[in-house]
Amino acid sequence: MHLVYPAVLSALLFCTGLYGVLARRNAILLLMSVELMLAAVSLNLVAFDVWLRDEVHSGQVFTLFLIALAAAEIGIGLAIVLLVYRQRGTSAVDRLTELRERDGEEAADDDRERDGDRERDDAGNGNREENTVT
Amino acid sequence: MTGGNAYLSPSGQEIVFVLVGLVVLGGAVLCVTSRQLVHAALWLVVALGGLAVQYLLLTAEFVAWVQVLIYLGSVVVLLLFGLMLTKAPIGPSPDADSRNRPVAFVVALAAAATLVTLVVDAFRTAWIDLDTPHGESGPIGSSLFRVWVLPFEALSVLLLAALIGAIVVSRKRDGES
Repeated sequence: MHLVYPAVLSALLFCTGLYGVLARRNAILLLMSVELMLAAVSLNLVAFDVWLRDEVHSGQVFTLFLIALAAAEIGIGLAIVLLVYRQRGTSAVDRLTELRERDGEEAADDDRERDGDRERDDAGNGNREENTVT
Repeated sequence: MTGGNAYLSPSGQEIVFVLVGLVVLGGAVLCVTSRQLVHAALWLVVALGGLAVQYLLLTAEFVAWVQVLIYLGSVVVLLLFGLMLTKAPIGPSPDADSRNRPVAFVVALAAAATLVTLVVDAFRTAWIDLDTPHGESGPIGSSLFRVWVLPFEALSVLLLAALIGAIVVSRKRDGES
């Protein structure tokens, strides 16, 4: 097989993932796009390992490591996304602007938004307390 | 692998690779553009499953089955759980994409053009010999546990750390504001 086929497929897959990372708003969709990019890298590693006939199978062993790392990454990432969702009531990455340097006009908007979030948080805390009581 | 290789007479494996590659790319594109969040996760299954078929075509059978088990079996299920737990809407959600979509499209297109040009130019004369398989479980296992045993053990410690980290992060604390 011509080496160009897997290499081009992996390049295109990586760029699809890149588009997803830049364009998506939901944190979980963002994680999916990162998975696509990792999968593209894995395809490249396997294709070059088979091409070079490596004695110790470095490419394929690295792919196995990469799959395990992706599983760990998705576990930690989802835990963080769920924590943020519990505390802020949103999983949109562009709403998390607490640490941003703000202009005067936008600050007023953000304060208003944050008040809304706080009310939702209070509601969430109420539910949580009920759960712990029962 | 000289002679008999030509762009104009692709082998059967190459034809299958291109067809499955189109499925993979289509699944990936739908995954990053779909407005229905659960559908996006299911298109990710199509893309990653097609990728497992590509590994089989490249004679890397062990990696292919690990891909099916870990990616399709656990990662996508985890993602679906995450979507459910963050109360993802079942219907189309109009705010799935952010405002910088055109910029993202331009960046991705430029990166794709650069990478494809470079890769095609660099590996124009490289051929993969697929007649002798290179990736059965036996040889992979022996090189994994002879040469790569130290990284393997380090990875198991990392997985344990990730497990504990995920539990600690998602635990409900007392007195949380």
